[in-house]
Amino acid sequence: MAIEKNVITITELTRQIKFSLESSFPRVWVEGEISNFKQHTSGHLYFTLKDEGAQLSALMWRSRVANLTFQPEDGMKVIARGSITVYPPRGNYQLDVDQIQPIGLGELQLAFERLKQKLDREGLFDAEHKKRIPEFPECIGLVTSETGAALQDIRSVLSRRHPSVEVILAPVRVQGVGAAEEIADAIKHMNQYGGIDVMIVGRGGGSLEDLWAFNEEVVARAIYASKIPIISAVGHEIDFSIADFVADLRAPTPSAAAELVVRDRSELLEDIGNLCYTMRGAFDNQVSALREQTTSLITSYSFNRPKDLVREFSQRIDELERSLGISFAHAAQIVHQKYNSLQRQLQALNPGGVLKRGYAIVRKEGRIVPSADLLGYGDEADIQFHNGTVGVKVEKGH
Amino acid sequence: MTAKKAVKNSLESSLKRLEEIVETLERGDTSLDDAVILYEEGVLISKGCAEKLKAAELKIKKLSKEIDGQFTLNESDEA
Repeated sequence: MAIEKNVITITELTRQIKFSLESSFPRVWVEGEISNFKQHTSGHLYFTLKDEGAQLSALMWRSRVANLTFQPEDGMKVIARGSITVYPPRGNYQLDVDQIQPIGLGELQLAFERLKQKLDREGLFDAEHKKRIPEFPECIGLVTSETGAALQDIRSVLSRRHPSVEVILAPVRVQGVGAAEEIADAIKHMNQYGGIDVMIVGRGGGSLEDLWAFNEEVVARAIYASKIPIISAVGHEIDFSIADFVADLRAPTPSAAAELVVRDRSELLEDIGNLCYTMRGAFDNQVSALREQTTSLITSYSFNRPKDLVREFSQRIDELERSLGISFAHAAQIVHQKYNSLQRQLQALNPGGVLKRGYAIVRKEGRIVPSADLLGYGDEADIQFHNGTVGVKVEKGH
Repeated sequence: MTAKKAVKNSLESSLKRLEEIVETLERGDTSLDDAVILYEEGVLISKGCAEKLKAAELKIKKLSKEIDGQFTLNESDEA
């Protein structure tokens, strides 16, 4: 057997392979499933990435493990980034991983962050654009699943707190392909329908994938374009969705949205009752203030002027008596005469006195009839004499 | 369809008006005639509000858009 001249050592060959491989694959992204996962006591991770046709040894140094946001497990599908290195003592090559993300979750999270940044830059989350949530909505729009827990939760809260509101549901699918478009359309339809004071858009809790429709751009844009104020209510308290950032108000859960959207009815009725009570009080105050004013007017100088006149008059008589030296009896006579004359004048003005002289007053339906043309044939009238009244019927019309 | 909103006297505006009336009466600078008119208006408004809040059972209606683009409201199927 002829031996070739240029024999090289294993070490040398491995060195050449190492150089060739490592310079060819300084950075690669691979997708595969984790198996044989081991975390060494040193903190480094050792595992195998495989797909249907091949497998690749992989390791991750402890310093990089610290940045992991999830716990890798056997069977998990991942995308890993790293460089190919050769380990001469064992004669194998491996992927030196510097980043690793679970497939699905990782992609969704990346998409979430990208969209969030984009919409934020465009101003969709701006506080100035947020619409005021009406304090006393009478018609509430719901965009959610007809069969979901969210609808039941909202129904029970509204029934308890404020059952007199009108609720209009636009039933939509809240997860799966096409759900985002349905939600966006429903928001538009609510706006087209009109008469809705405020809308709740949301669903109950679920995985990030379940909630995904509320992270889609089409939903965000529909919320932004809505003329009706929107309360977002997506999932459990900790989940924030893109819809939450765009909405005019974020409620942590559908139940919380229902609590936020209406005032408790009994509280409201109590408030109205208090307003009525205050109003009554203010009104009564004004009336009694006026009554006091009236009383003080009645007792005032001007109202008592006639009484004073009488007193002045008698005083003048006293003075006259003194100055003229006439007797008291004479003075009394003068006063008496004066009194009689005043009495006569008053008598002349008193209708009773006139009646005594033979006149009579004609009344129709309680009103004085001052003219013959106010009475016609068949009219009934009352005639008042000084000593009584008789009813008559007109037989000859004017 | 949006005209519906303008016609109805909303709870919000009613309550606002009621508060105004209470404030005006509390200032006490209106004539008695005006006070009587305001008081009567206030009583009517509060009755109207109470009437609006009376319904005992929550009703949920379902909005659907027909092929011709018109909207219809139906009673919700599930109780």
